[in-house]
Amino acid sequence: MSILTSSGRVAGAASVGRTKRLRPSYWPFVVPALIVVVGVIVFPWVFTLWMSAMEWRIGEEQRFVGLQNYVRLATDVRFLEAMAHTLVYTALSVVAPLVLGTAAALAFNTKLPARGLLRGIFVMPMMATPVAIALVWTMMFHPQLGVLNYLLSQIGIGPLQWVYHPSTVILSLVLVETWQWTPLVMLIVLGGLASLPTEPYESAQIDGATAWQRFRYLTLPMIKPFLMVAVIIRSIDALKSFDILYTITQGGPGTASETINLYLYSVAFTYYDVGYGSAIAVVFFVLIILLSLVLLHLRQRSAWNSGDGK
Amino acid sequence: MSRPLRKLLDKAGMAVCVLLLVSPALLFFLWMLSLSLKFEIDNGAYPPILIPERFAWKNYTTIFEGNSFLLYFWNSLIVTGAATLFALLVGVPAGYGIARMQAHKSAVVIMIARMTPGLSFLIPLFLLFQWLGLLGTLWPQIIIHLVVTVPIVIWIMIGYFETTPMELEEAAMVDGATRWQIFAKVALPIAKPGIVVAFILSVIFSWNNFVFGIVLASRETRTLPVAVYNMLSFEQVSWGPLAAAALVVTLPVLILTVAAQRQIVAGLTAGAVKGG
Repeated sequence: MSILTSSGRVAGAASVGRTKRLRPSYWPFVVPALIVVVGVIVFPWVFTLWMSAMEWRIGEEQRFVGLQNYVRLATDVRFLEAMAHTLVYTALSVVAPLVLGTAAALAFNTKLPARGLLRGIFVMPMMATPVAIALVWTMMFHPQLGVLNYLLSQIGIGPLQWVYHPSTVILSLVLVETWQWTPLVMLIVLGGLASLPTEPYESAQIDGATAWQRFRYLTLPMIKPFLMVAVIIRSIDALKSFDILYTITQGGPGTASETINLYLYSVAFTYYDVGYGSAIAVVFFVLIILLSLVLLHLRQRSAWNSGDGK
Repeated sequence: MSRPLRKLLDKAGMAVCVLLLVSPALLFFLWMLSLSLKFEIDNGAYPPILIPERFAWKNYTTIFEGNSFLLYFWNSLIVTGAATLFALLVGVPAGYGIARMQAHKSAVVIMIARMTPGLSFLIPLFLLFQWLGLLGTLWPQIIIHLVVTVPIVIWIMIGYFETTPMELEEAAMVDGATRWQIFAKVALPIAKPGIVVAFILSVIFSWNNFVFGIVLASRETRTLPVAVYNMLSFEQVSWGPLAAAALVVTLPVLILTVAAQRQIVAGLTAGAVKGG
């Protein structure tokens, strides 16, 4: 929360003096949620860690194998390929929405007619049910009957094979991911733009700075913390991406678009090799924990900036 | 160029810009609507037809006839409703407690939970549900949806209670009210807008969830996203009914998004939440 609202959280800054007076014995409020969190979140984490040290297939005898699953991972070509796909997919799915989302935020930050309605429409892709939109994208990607190839043919390009060819499948999926998640970047950056001071712009105007100069030397440095947050959140979500990939390609053609998450699904719930699947989950988990540490670091830094030092 | 004219051009340029930016979303959902209202012959036509001469309303009636769609709708309603209500029940007080204790470290757990891929919760919980003999009922899905809804609610409520004014609560405390009285009579009424945001986002992300359902749902306990996905994989693929089903599944969410866009934007920018 205050990760994003570095300067927006005025009331947080005003809370310094009240800390001591109202601190004690709020535990009863937290206990029920704590029980739930331990049951459905912490327990699965611990259990997964334990299972990753076992040879465990559903319906078979399990036995302790130590780190053997992890050793197997290091030499599992399909896993390593999935890792590469995940990294490429994630990198592209961060950069494209970041650029487009920032541009959109700049446009939305002006006095537009029906701004609220437009923003509502703009946000629809990220709120819509992923499976539902994935089905429609599947139809649009169809090489013969899909509307995308028709549109491309109007400007003399194509026909492309989209998700039906190994060389274009990841790019096509990135297109969907970008379409879906650009709004989130837009919202984050828009929050940043709303918090900017006006004085530097007035002096820049007097100095005769061009629009590009104002963006490059004023806006961009000032919204950098927000861009960083967008990058991290986007990275985590792209790493985790499942619904779209599973619905449109299931990792295909072959395994050309298989990410870690999809491989994890196959191992655990198609082959029922839950021990090995847990090892994949743990590695995946570590990757994401590393990212969340960066996020926490940013959260703290932005809290210091707003002056309440928490 | 005169100044007013330039201003006008600037504005027009911006408007065009935004239209360009909105059109991918707008055109997509229009095309979705178009697919859902066309007969197979129109959906297979080349060049594609946007507005057909005859509307295939039967696409919508078909999905409710053959596919126990109403049952799946009901399942979705139960799972999302129960998981959201329960999350509010435990999450709103928790958010209050964490905010008042200034226990910001505890929010780390919530944040990491939001970052964990849904699949890594699924393996252990799947085994647990199997062991408890719960598979085949709606309970596993209700329980596992808490993974999505509880963190959203706690996250949003911490942020909200941090911003609500303390003076009233302090005054009530001086008057000798207990903590629960203060929470119920003073803090809760002020926090209503925050609760609405938490409710809306929790509903949307639970409703949209797919990954838990494909593993945990049996034939009778499917939620809508799983049901629609199964239409794609197991039945003869005809685009019209498929698009109609997809639209029916996501329509409640789309309506909610446009109607409550202010709250949704507030909630999303507060925590950049996304479920499962």
